[in-house]
Amino acid sequence: MSASLTAFAYLVSGVCFIMALKGLSSPKTARMGNIYGISGMVIAILTTIALPGVTSLSAIVIGIAIGGAIGAIIALKIAMTALPQLVAAFHSLVGLAAVLVAGAAFFSPEAYGIGSVGNIHMGSLIEMSIGTAIGAITFTGSIIAFGKLQGLVTGKPLVFKGQHMVNLALGVALVVAVIWLAATESPSAFWAIVILSLIIGVTLILPIGGADMPVVVSMLNSYSGWAAAGIGFTLSNPALIIVGALVGSSGAILSYIMCRAMNRSFFSVILGGFGGEAAAPGMEDLGDRTVRQGSAEDAAFIMEQANSVIIIPGYGMAVAQAQHALAEMVSVLEEKGVKVRYAIHPVAGRMPGHMNVLLAEANVPYDDVLELDEINSDFSSTDVTFVIGANDITNPAAKTDKSSPIYGMPVFNLDESGTVLFIKRSLASGYAGIDNPLFYKDNTMMLFDDAKKMCENIVKTLKGGGH
Amino acid sequence: MDPSTLADNAARLANEAATVAENAAGLAQEATQLALTQTAGAGDPFVFLFTVFVLACFIGYYVVWSVTPALHSPLMAVTNAISSVIIVGALIAAGPDDWNISKIFGFIAVILASVNIFGGFIVTQRMLAMYRAKK
Repeated sequence: MSASLTAFAYLVSGVCFIMALKGLSSPKTARMGNIYGISGMVIAILTTIALPGVTSLSAIVIGIAIGGAIGAIIALKIAMTALPQLVAAFHSLVGLAAVLVAGAAFFSPEAYGIGSVGNIHMGSLIEMSIGTAIGAITFTGSIIAFGKLQGLVTGKPLVFKGQHMVNLALGVALVVAVIWLAATESPSAFWAIVILSLIIGVTLILPIGGADMPVVVSMLNSYSGWAAAGIGFTLSNPALIIVGALVGSSGAILSYIMCRAMNRSFFSVILGGFGGEAAAPGMEDLGDRTVRQGSAEDAAFIMEQANSVIIIPGYGMAVAQAQHALAEMVSVLEEKGVKVRYAIHPVAGRMPGHMNVLLAEANVPYDDVLELDEINSDFSSTDVTFVIGANDITNPAAKTDKSSPIYGMPVFNLDESGTVLFIKRSLASGYAGIDNPLFYKDNTMMLFDDAKKMCENIVKTLKGGGH
Repeated sequence: MDPSTLADNAARLANEAATVAENAAGLAQEATQLALTQTAGAGDPFVFLFTVFVLACFIGYYVVWSVTPALHSPLMAVTNAISSVIIVGALIAAGPDDWNISKIFGFIAVILASVNIFGGFIVTQRMLAMYRAKK
């Protein structure tokens, strides 16, 4: 294959990846988009295998077979509730692959046409070290994020004294190591970059609390893209650079959307410490406030009488695996002529769009699932709002209480709704550790139970009652 | 000034003019050649790659904002899968006949990237297959 033909094939592959993302603008075109993505990948792999430097295919075929089998089995078996962990784990692999590719280029520069051992072009060394550093940070950062999402590492932010100073010192040391590598091409400098970046990945993500995980997962998504782009410069490969830029901007935009939905700045998320014990003021003076408690029968009766119901799912629904029971409850209500819609907050769940996937899994049509902005003006004309597994995103304190840690965060206008039914295990506060005044309002009825059990009991009553 | 000196001077000037013209022609030719090689992108490869990078960032910005929020999870899964195109670097490292440290790195990177490619695309496909419109 001539050099021009190779370059052209990589360009086609890059265009396929752009089409893959473009397809996601609507559920109707999304499946076609995925096929574009797969085609782009096949073109890129075949083009590379056809390069003159690739002479032995055995290691490649064995590697793809092993990796492909592992990936396919995991992807087919994973429960949709565990998607955030899966994505975090996959990000870590991209990060590590970037480090390994950079290492291979460093020890065999001839294969990549970037000079010879001891005489690598300075520009290539800098590109390589950037790719290595971001890759290594992505690797350990994603492992920590995986541990937090999987519950292996505490979801509480781990903060220690002088943490920002330690991170700053590590960052400065990393820059020094990059300069050292660019100036001397010493293998020790290369390993110093790897080790420092691995440590930074840990210290960067450990202090960030469970509630901020949607931002972290998006951010690591973005990092894995920038790492790929960095390696793309080393390899002078336009397909890799295009993908790196696409993935990098995608992750950055998702992080921005998540931050905006929590009214937090990106830097306050990165600095960490949010969502700990310290952020739980106002929990002491609850003495004189009472909540109205209800049963599944009460809830069934109230919803049956309503004209319209809005359902607000949150991460608790995923934890309780309640999406199927919920969807069944909704279909029974719809048979009885009640109009039911779902309202999704951008930060509901542990990754962007997580609730939409879970509802789709439970066969809920996507036209019934609306975003915060689309539905927030409809609460005043809604009889019943059913909150299942959500908390902070319904908290009116975000609109009224300036001292609240979540003040300014966009929340659902539940104060305008008719009756609010709120499923919760207990009166404990949400992830942000903040009390929710909504619990004590007159038109709120608390349903204390496991979300799945409660939905199943409501279905039983709706079906058996015959009202 | 007698006519013969005048004629000599004129002849010398004409000669010089011819040389200048020749030089100019040479310069012009060099300039065109320089311009040609530059437009062919062989000037500095970094600038060319950086151009691709910046333009791709803009494309990414507009394309990702057009993704519907309902599909943000599949977006993350598919970006994860396509970022594994880093496998091209791993293939180059794993391609030579002889085993050395680079080939070992390349081999491991091929495995890792393949996990991601197959896993990412399959999980995206699984998610997208579940989305359905109202009957």
